[in-house]
Amino acid sequence: MSSLNLTLKVWRQAGPNAAGSIETYQAKDIPTEASFLEMLDIVNERLITKGSEPIHFDHDCREGICGACSLTINGIPHGPEGGITTCQLHMRKFSNGDTIWIEPFRAKAFPVIKDLVVDRSAFDRIIESGGYISVRTGSAPDAHAILVPKEAADAAFEAAACIGCGACVAACKNASAMLFVSAKASHLNHLPQGQPEKHQRVLAMVKTMDNEGFGNCTNQYECEAVCPKEISADNIAKLNRDYALAKAHDALV
Amino acid sequence: MNLDSKIPAGPLDQKWTKHKMDSKLINPANKKKFNIIVVGSGLAGGSAAATLSELGYKVKCFCYQDSPRRAHSIAAQGGINAAKNYQNDGDSVHRLFYDTIKGGDFRSREGNVHRLAEVSLNIIDQCVAQGVPFAREYGGLLDNRSFGGAQVKRTFYARGQTGQQLLIGCYQALAKEIHAGGVQMFPRTEMLDLVVADGHAKGIIVRDLVTGEITAHAADAVILATGGYGNAFYLSTNAMGCNVMAAFRAHKRGALFANPCYTQIHPTCIPVSGDYQSKLTLMSESLRNDGRIWVPKSQETAEKIRKGQLRARDVGEEDRDYYLERKYPSFGNLCPRDIASRSAKEVCDDGLGVAPTGKGVFLDFEKAIADQGEQAISAKYGNLFQMYEKISGDNPYQTPMQIYPAVHYTMGGLWVDYDLMSNVPGLHVLGEANFSDHGANRLGASALMQGLADGYFVIPATIANYLATQKPGAVTTSHPEFKRCLGEVNDRVNSLLQIRGKRSVDSFHRELGLQLWDNCGMSRTPESLNAALQRIPKIRDEFWANVNVTGTGGELNMELEKAGRVADFLEFGELLCHDALQRAESCGGHFRADHQFTEDDPEVKDGRTQPGEAKRHDDEFSYVSAWEYTGVGKAPTLHKEQLVFEDVTPSIRSYK
Ligand SMILES: Cc1cc2nc3c(=O)[nH]c(=O)nc-3n(C[C@H](O)[C@H](O)[C@H](O)COP(=O)(O)OP(=O)(O)OC[C@H]3O[C@@H](n4cnc5c(N)ncnc54)[C@H](O)[C@@H]3O)c2cc1C
Ligand code: FES
Repeated sequence: MSSLNLTLKVWRQAGPNAAGSIETYQAKDIPTEASFLEMLDIVNERLITKGSEPIHFDHDCREGICGACSLTINGIPHGPEGGITTCQLHMRKFSNGDTIWIEPFRAKAFPVIKDLVVDRSAFDRIIESGGYISVRTGSAPDAHAILVPKEAADAAFEAAACIGCGACVAACKNASAMLFVSAKASHLNHLPQGQPEKHQRVLAMVKTMDNEGFGNCTNQYECEAVCPKEISADNIAKLNRDYALAKAHDALV
Repeated sequence: MNLDSKIPAGPLDQKWTKHKMDSKLINPANKKKFNIIVVGSGLAGGSAAATLSELGYKVKCFCYQDSPRRAHSIAAQGGINAAKNYQNDGDSVHRLFYDTIKGGDFRSREGNVHRLAEVSLNIIDQCVAQGVPFAREYGGLLDNRSFGGAQVKRTFYARGQTGQQLLIGCYQALAKEIHAGGVQMFPRTEMLDLVVADGHAKGIIVRDLVTGEITAHAADAVILATGGYGNAFYLSTNAMGCNVMAAFRAHKRGALFANPCYTQIHPTCIPVSGDYQSKLTLMSESLRNDGRIWVPKSQETAEKIRKGQLRARDVGEEDRDYYLERKYPSFGNLCPRDIASRSAKEVCDDGLGVAPTGKGVFLDFEKAIADQGEQAISAKYGNLFQMYEKISGDNPYQTPMQIYPAVHYTMGGLWVDYDLMSNVPGLHVLGEANFSDHGANRLGASALMQGLADGYFVIPATIANYLATQKPGAVTTSHPEFKRCLGEVNDRVNSLLQIRGKRSVDSFHRELGLQLWDNCGMSRTPESLNAALQRIPKIRDEFWANVNVTGTGGELNMELEKAGRVADFLEFGELLCHDALQRAESCGGHFRADHQFTEDDPEVKDGRTQPGEAKRHDDEFSYVSAWEYTGVGKAPTLHKEQLVFEDVTPSIRSYK
């Protein structure tokens, strides 16, 4: 088993209102088989043994599906690999002697709670404003009563693969949430079940997004490039169309 | 203590309908006066919170993640079962019921399991109406697959993301109810204790994980849907935060813990690579449909592979042992999870393992690729192969995967009756946190089904049976018991922070995990269990004397969170071993090496089963073991709920 000696430049911030700064740590003898978060575990274990506070970061599933992990690594949300989350990044992708910069997902709408942990509850509020189909438990018809063409089902799935991590926002120079919102809206808007509330949904979600302090989309496509689930920016075009339609519909009624 | 399961009388297939008719109702105007606490926002908790709010109850829902959408249910890959019989291949409610009872090795209740199979039909309807994008055929109908060796295709799936898609559906229903004002959501909030006032569960004590503030919440009933305890073993396929705290605190407040020794170990996980390892990744079971499992026949060859001196591809056919195909000719690589797991352990214990640590076997696609072509294999498993390569750095098209079993799911949990209420009145338990439906082993794709059955359909119908006996709002946080509990919780948090010893929380968790894995894992003996029972209290004592919990209580402090969870695992681990020791038989996820069939048994001689198969003792152990807490380090007290089989006849398992 080979190992690496690394220099880490890590954002430390004691609390939401504290000033943060970059601290330097030497990470010695890191096994190349370890994942990026396991590398941080090793560093933390050493900090604790010395009686220092470990570096705080969000994580849970450690297999790329819960969307909790959220580190900007060398300036890129989830790191340079592409198509993966932070927890799926492995140390064999780094070289001995590397300096690695580790920062939180930065955006006005994602305030830092501590170190690398940010508050992404704005995403929940966007969904609460209308990102659902209003069906009460028990009122559903037989699942086969609604036929869904495979293309529509597949398109809905592609959009629904979003894990709500917020990398898209962190990558965007405007801190726009359009990739997230458009993926969530297109998941439901592609399906026959999603049609009755389509206009309302789009208007409400976009309005909440704006109110939460996310920036405007100026088609930079940084979001698509960092998305660990490779959600397509075509969803943004669809959202823009659906939004125009909803606005027009709203003006008529 | 009298453990009344409250299974309704009458024919099996009418029990649930009859029970719903006989259940109490609360009129709409009164429902809004009742407050319900739901701890957990996974499939079980999220669906319960949303549905109870739709009915008009006032709900408070808690989870430790930053968003309810990140509950561990999100990680489920394979699918969800339902007896829809959309494939016309002979499935039915009764067949799903029977398969589940048999899969659980005849250690679950007929009534509960039949209800689960009935309700499975409604779950799929509900999820589709919410917009869950299940896989479909070109005609627009839902697609199904056969999962975990089932003889029928009854599994609904959404690529490898069934859990995420179901949970998003459930989370959206929850979001709808938060918007409507019926649910108040408390993310990043951890339940640290249950408050039992005058014998009834009436609230919880929680810590706000961001500010560190510890507060009390009162309600008319409490629902725990806090998931399983697989992380007692440290390494498992569960998310890092999964824990037993909520269930264990309830246990300490009087709730009985049932069948903790029933733990499921999944055969196809990526092996451990070093002691920094933080979790184990499940590779989908579907890989066993085409992958062939083998190890070298000789220890010398295995050693060369371990040292990197020989490649798998260079081992000739005649030097390979496809041990599952050899031992179980008719099921081969598709034999049940526990058999596949145990066989892997046996060959590795014999020095034939191929991973650098010695603990790993090959899962090889060479033949499948030769037979079906690389394209066909890539269409089926492309993203799994990719995931494997990301983690291990090896390309499964060119070299076999390495796999080893890992702890995956826990069948045991808090004891509940047919209404999903524990022995503590008012305390209800749903999903993986309860013990109710899977007996000694769970079938693939049935946990998602159970979580959603409990949350969408069972508890909304049964909770009124309790609430109707209560005056809404009768107990508030001014009840002295709340004050007492708050004090105890604060004291505990402070004592953890004051130890300032030399070892990290993780180092204790790892040590406990190893004890449990080695002594109470895939194969258990009285000696190994006694050894663990000797050792665990010592680890616990050292923890309380020498753990270093850095930081303070008044801030986000992940070490403190972990310390609280590990402290509970250190007590719970003992309970697990007590149960495994007391159950002197093998069944499902509990294998006692001293209770297996041998050449001398008549059942083997007449060909009904084979040597090495798990040996149940129905005459002695056909009961649920429900344990009562008696104090830290004290042996728990056993209560038995006898299992009654009216519809099925327990049979001997054979997979030859
Ligand atoms: C990798 C993997 C793959 C799987 N694949 C499948 C599959 O294909 N099919 C299948 O049927 N099953 C599968 N399972 C099993 C299944 O996913 C789980 O059993 C099921 O999702 C559990 O749901 P739950 O709602 O009971 O608990 P969870 O989803 O674990 O939710 C627990 C909730 O409780 C909260 N919580 C816990 N403790 C506290 C506390 N003290 N205070 C506050 N909140 C707390 C958490 O925040 C969370 O919201 C899989 C499991 C794993 C690990
Ligand atoms: S920890 Fe869940 S996606 Fe990374």
